[in-house]
Amino acid sequence: MKNVLEINNVTKNYGDFRALNNVSIHIPKGSVYGLLGPNGAGKTSLIRIINQITMADSGTVFLDGELLAPKHTADIGYMPEERGLYKSMKVGEQALYLAQLKGLSKSEAKKRLNYWFEKFDIMAWWNKKIEELSKGMAQKVQFIVTVMHNPKLLIFDEPFSGFDPINAQIIAKEILQLRDEGATIIFSTHRMESVEEMCDEIALIDKSNKILDGTLNAIKNEFRTNTFQIGVQTENPKELEAILKENFEVFPSDFKLLGNEFTTNIKLGATTTANDLLSLLASKGQVQHFVELIPSANDIFIQAVHKNQ
Amino acid sequence: MGKLKLIIQREFIAKVRNKSFIIMTFLSPLIMVAMGALVFFLMKKNDQKIKEIAYVDNSGLFSKEDFKDTKTLHYKDFTSLGIEATKEKVEKGDFFGALVIPKNDSLAILASSIEFYSKDSPGISIINSLENKIETKLRNVQLNYFGIDIDKINASRIRSDIKMFNFSGEESSKLINGLKIGVGAITGYLLMMFVIIYGTSVMRSVIEEKTSRIIEIIVSSVKPFQLMLGKIIGNATAGLLQFFIWGIIIFIITTVLSSFFGVDVVEMQTSTISAQQLEAAKQITGANKLQLVIQEILRLPILKLFLLFIFYFLGGYMLYSSLFAAVGAAVDNETDTQQFMLPIMLPLILAVYVGFATVISDPHGPISVAFSYIPLTSPIVMLMRVPFGVSWYELAISMTLLIITFVFMVWLAAKIYRVGILMYGKKPTYKDLYKWLKYKG
Repeated sequence: MKNVLEINNVTKNYGDFRALNNVSIHIPKGSVYGLLGPNGAGKTSLIRIINQITMADSGTVFLDGELLAPKHTADIGYMPEERGLYKSMKVGEQALYLAQLKGLSKSEAKKRLNYWFEKFDIMAWWNKKIEELSKGMAQKVQFIVTVMHNPKLLIFDEPFSGFDPINAQIIAKEILQLRDEGATIIFSTHRMESVEEMCDEIALIDKSNKILDGTLNAIKNEFRTNTFQIGVQTENPKELEAILKENFEVFPSDFKLLGNEFTTNIKLGATTTANDLLSLLASKGQVQHFVELIPSANDIFIQAVHKNQ
Repeated sequence: MGKLKLIIQREFIAKVRNKSFIIMTFLSPLIMVAMGALVFFLMKKNDQKIKEIAYVDNSGLFSKEDFKDTKTLHYKDFTSLGIEATKEKVEKGDFFGALVIPKNDSLAILASSIEFYSKDSPGISIINSLENKIETKLRNVQLNYFGIDIDKINASRIRSDIKMFNFSGEESSKLINGLKIGVGAITGYLLMMFVIIYGTSVMRSVIEEKTSRIIEIIVSSVKPFQLMLGKIIGNATAGLLQFFIWGIIIFIITTVLSSFFGVDVVEMQTSTISAQQLEAAKQITGANKLQLVIQEILRLPILKLFLLFIFYFLGGYMLYSSLFAAVGAAVDNETDTQQFMLPIMLPLILAVYVGFATVISDPHGPISVAFSYIPLTSPIVMLMRVPFGVSWYELAISMTLLIITFVFMVWLAAKIYRVGILMYGKKPTYKDLYKWLKYKG
């Protein structure tokens, strides 16, 4: 798959502080890419470099095969974490202004805005000032001004913060639709459940370094510990536990099943397969529950950051 | 450049739509005219009140001739009534004051033992006029005593009035010198006010963008430098519009007023230009003198003054507003600006003081000249000097230095601005600002 954005060996210093250290990230076209990392890791610095708000000290950034240049601001839509609009400016006027700054002609900008305002059913807000809108309403306007110029690359920093669940869902749907229409989405967030839901690939940045990247599936595979969660209906749980402890690494588990099953977590060694374990369990009783514990994005995040300490 | 134009447009519209701009533009000329009219009216009223002064002359030297009534002062001889009774009358409020002239053989002692009693302390002009009368009379008595003919003395008085010229052909006189001081002082002061008003307006606009967080969205579309420049130019355009509107309003008001009161427009212009001129005009009363004033004013290089005012306003404003923009970018809210404002305001205030102190006494002295070259003070000091005639090469030096400096200052301020707009939290120190200057891209 072709990459829409290629960040190669980017380093950025603020005085003595190194915000990004030799970071390389490749973002495939048409994907939703999660940019993860703890606070202060360097995500915002990287996003600002992509937006040409600041420049990298060294390294290169290519957008669609071209070295990043001022004209590319028209190809990027950016919604910063700290949302902002002119408070005393009217919604329509402001959106027109921002669209024109992104290079749209006035008539084209009007056409696009009409489309979006009608889609979100907010035509009535056109002549209202931002300060008259609620936070959620302002967020919708913010979303529109981010996407209205049909950019190739959309960067959302914590896109769901400030939205109620219903509006968050509407926005998520819009984002996925934009991806289906060919846009590439960069998603910077702390909310891991939205990463699981939406991201195809992720990169994890911690302490100015990229410590992990790849497709979410590949990373999960990598972080797989071959651990299974089991639940067996047996006459003699003590005996079963003893046998299991003899053959495998056993971790206590606190999950609940409906009956009084014996439950535990079992980590398989390199030579045993899931089937071996399953047949052993089946010989001892009624297997009610047998699930591989696949690490969540959240687990991966925490583990990777801990490892990087 | 299309984006810069968009930014200028937005800044201009945002500024012009602002209520305070509208109020200031349309109301302040009216207020100024109203204030002027009020002062004029009050002055008239004040003058119209006649003060009666009773005098008790025990020396017998003074006569009715010496205490002639004027428009505002009437004199009454109460010598026969005696000192105490007269004082009582004053205390009761029958008269404004009582002048008591004792008897003494020595004129010198007499001169210093005359007393004036009043309930309200008299204005300086009353005392001056009384002292004048007494001095004139006593001098005449003394001259008489020496056997000198007073008429001859009076006849021997010759007044000299030196006419002043410079080599650019501008004629000057004491009167026009007064006018020049007035015009220079007012334009210089106005310029300072404008630089501060519009400079802080740029600063507020920067802070607003920062606190509303829209800044990050804007700079993802345009370069910070473009935004800053657009803001500065947009505000300057609003300033020029304001001058323009004021010009029209003043023209309309003076035309309307003059046709209403049947006063010559040109005559009215003299009163709108400066109070000092009025003062000067009043001192040499008479219609002919007023004609002279008008002629003198028309002889001032008004167009040159106007063009230079625009140039120095733009130059000074660009210089200072870029600094104001940098300050706005460095802080999160307006209360944090004070620490940085002082060094910006200082040269402006210094310029006005230096202007008032040196230009008025010697417009071409070394201090005035130096400060009219130094770019931080030149817009104000040079404008104060211009009415006195400044050669083109001096103007060229001053203007060139100003242009070079503001280009440099805009560049320097942009470096702080660029970093500052994205910094939140701790109020930066001067050391931080210095560090920002060295940040790359």
